[in-house]
Amino acid sequence: MSDFTSDFWNIYVAGLTLVSIIACLILLWVAGTTRAATVDDNTTGHVWDGDLREINNPLPRWWVYLFVITVIFALVYGALYPMFGKFQGALGWSSQGQHTAEVEKVEAAIAPIYAKFNGMPPEKIAADAEAMAIGERLFMNYCAQCHGSDARGAKSFPNLTDQDWLGSGDHAYIKATIGQGRVGVMPPMAAAVGGPEDVRNVANYVLSLSGSPHDAVRATQGKEKFAACAACHGADGKGMAAVGAPNLTDGIWLHGWGEEAIARAVNNGFNNQMPAQAALLNDAQINVLASYVWGMSNKTGN
Amino acid sequence: MSSATPDNNDSPRSIAPVSANPANAVPADDEVMVSLYASRKTIYPRSVSGLFSNWRWVTVWITQIVFYGLPWLEWNARQAILFDLEARRFYIFGLVLYPQDFIYLTGLLVIAALALFLFTAVAGRLWCGYACPQTVYTEIFLWIEKKVEGDRSARMRLDQSAMSASKFGKKWLKHALWILFALWTGFTFVGYFTPIRELAALSLAASLGPWQTFWVFFYGFATYGNAGFMREQVCKYMCPYARFQSAMFDKDTMIVTYDEKRGEPRGPRSKKADPAALGLGACVDCTLCVQVCPTGIDIRNGLQYECIGCGACIDVCDEVMDKVGYPRGLVKYSTQNGMAQGWTTRQMIRRAMRPRVLVYTSILLVISLAVMVSLFLRTPLKVDVIRDRGALARMVEQGRIENVFRLQVMNATESTQRYVIRVSGLPGIAIASEAVIEVLPTEVRSAVLRVQIPPGAAATGSHPIRFDIQAESDAGISVTEKAAFLVPR
Repeated sequence: MSDFTSDFWNIYVAGLTLVSIIACLILLWVAGTTRAATVDDNTTGHVWDGDLREINNPLPRWWVYLFVITVIFALVYGALYPMFGKFQGALGWSSQGQHTAEVEKVEAAIAPIYAKFNGMPPEKIAADAEAMAIGERLFMNYCAQCHGSDARGAKSFPNLTDQDWLGSGDHAYIKATIGQGRVGVMPPMAAAVGGPEDVRNVANYVLSLSGSPHDAVRATQGKEKFAACAACHGADGKGMAAVGAPNLTDGIWLHGWGEEAIARAVNNGFNNQMPAQAALLNDAQINVLASYVWGMSNKTGN
Repeated sequence: MSSATPDNNDSPRSIAPVSANPANAVPADDEVMVSLYASRKTIYPRSVSGLFSNWRWVTVWITQIVFYGLPWLEWNARQAILFDLEARRFYIFGLVLYPQDFIYLTGLLVIAALALFLFTAVAGRLWCGYACPQTVYTEIFLWIEKKVEGDRSARMRLDQSAMSASKFGKKWLKHALWILFALWTGFTFVGYFTPIRELAALSLAASLGPWQTFWVFFYGFATYGNAGFMREQVCKYMCPYARFQSAMFDKDTMIVTYDEKRGEPRGPRSKKADPAALGLGACVDCTLCVQVCPTGIDIRNGLQYECIGCGACIDVCDEVMDKVGYPRGLVKYSTQNGMAQGWTTRQMIRRAMRPRVLVYTSILLVISLAVMVSLFLRTPLKVDVIRDRGALARMVEQGRIENVFRLQVMNATESTQRYVIRVSGLPGIAIASEAVIEVLPTEVRSAVLRVQIPPGAAATGSHPIRFDIQAESDAGISVTEKAAFLVPR
């Protein structure tokens, strides 16, 4: 498709290309029929600086034929492939089309490899060495940037190797997470909790839930304010998998540990997002990848 | 262009001296109109025997036995020389080279270039005359041609005669033999890149892959075209080495020369006649030196860029001199200085020890030595340390700080190796994950390493650390890689 509104540049480029090719032919024809004067000692007779003479050193004639072949090649190429302006060429080739064809070819080649894992239970896929090798490569390509090469995550990027899941953590849940992504929202709760002092108190209470070092007086004062949090995290602070609210009692701190980090969470909330991968991976790939991720926290037999 | 002055007669081409008065230099009536392009005149080199011809056959045999034989050699149950482009492993006898070892190819090319400089400075275009594939295959194809069609005059007669059953048969046989030989060459060439025994089986079953087929036929076609048809045209018009080797010549370089003082004036004479009485030089003008020349030049015109230094004219002229009873050496290996000053061979050889040659030799020796030592000391293990870029650092149990690294471990031996990984550089630094990795022969494996330091062991920021990777079986196989450990705020 042309990027211009009028056809002028299209015709200009196509015309210029054609004229250049024809000019090459004319040049070859002129050079091939021109005769140059030489003297019988095989110089052109030109003398410079008294003794510097130009030797007639002709190119072999087959060399010209090579030039002619390039011109013929250019014309044939131009007829078959896009070369003259926006003319698509007889073959209708496009770089986009070639890319699509190559992707299709590769997908057709890998489809049977993935096909045997379709419908296999995740326990069996996770025990299959070939599937795990594939899973590892997929993980390194699509997941390791955030979750780390060892899948242990980082601050705000969940560790995938522990048993602590924000949701149910089964194979279907992981598949859905990879395919559609996840948005983990915690609204700012400072207003519901009370003033800055109340926030500090709640933070200390939350720390006390997992037995972390905390200020016992503040924790006691914060306990009643925790009611604002209990809607999602539960009255006992053990979280609620259905809404993705984390367990606050297990000593795993996705967004950082300590009074300051917790106070920040209460004050600002979170809008943590995992991007959807469905556009990058097909279902069969997601199936294997989800089994790989599932297998990391559900190691059986070892 | 060329310069020619009366007192500096080192022009590569022989041109009549220019008159002192430029106005008279070119008499107008000498002018001829010529095309800018010349059609090729087929050259029918006459076959020749003698010292240099024998030497050329020796080098033909050596280079071809090496080329056709090497891929069939076995080493530890695999092909001794195999360049596996698909797996990117290059096997050369006991060595397994990775693409990371390309520096050795650079070294080899530097050595080859310097050797070319050296040999050319000492004795002219030795490479062209004796070892270049273009010369070697032309020699082989000419031999086939001679066996089928006969020597020079027979071939000329055959080409001029009208098409007949016998001519057609001869031509057909010649081309069939050429194509057979060329295909074998193409097959051998591909055999350096895919196991040649498999290739042979595939060829016999006519089930070569598309690229294997292409390269066998393409290389075969190039051999057939270059050695059968292009021949001296490649040297004259296409080869860059042919041209730049002249830059390595000086007046003490041994080249094929014609002894003009002794030979001129040339002319035929009766065997019994005394040349001195006839006013003739030693050259009997038999033109055999032109007939044997594979590039079709007349060596009596002096040094020319077309001369590939094969020495065919020396061999044939010596033969003629023996027949007419004159001393040999009218055409011989000599230097320009030697010719001008009438030096003996011994005197000319002594001039081989000149600065240019000594400099080339010493650089060549130093680089060859460096490449050898480096190959000898090469560790058959390569490691790349890649930091996890997404997650810089994390806090784990008991406030320890953890960084994640990926180690790409490349085993360049042909046995399975277990490597022990150690880390150092910070107090209390340790590997928290599996620190032993097993890598299959010539394989690459990547290991994810979690490296931890105790709380407070290092200040905020980046700290240099090092990984030591050592093979369990052989303490000599070890590599140290630097990396950075990040401590977050």
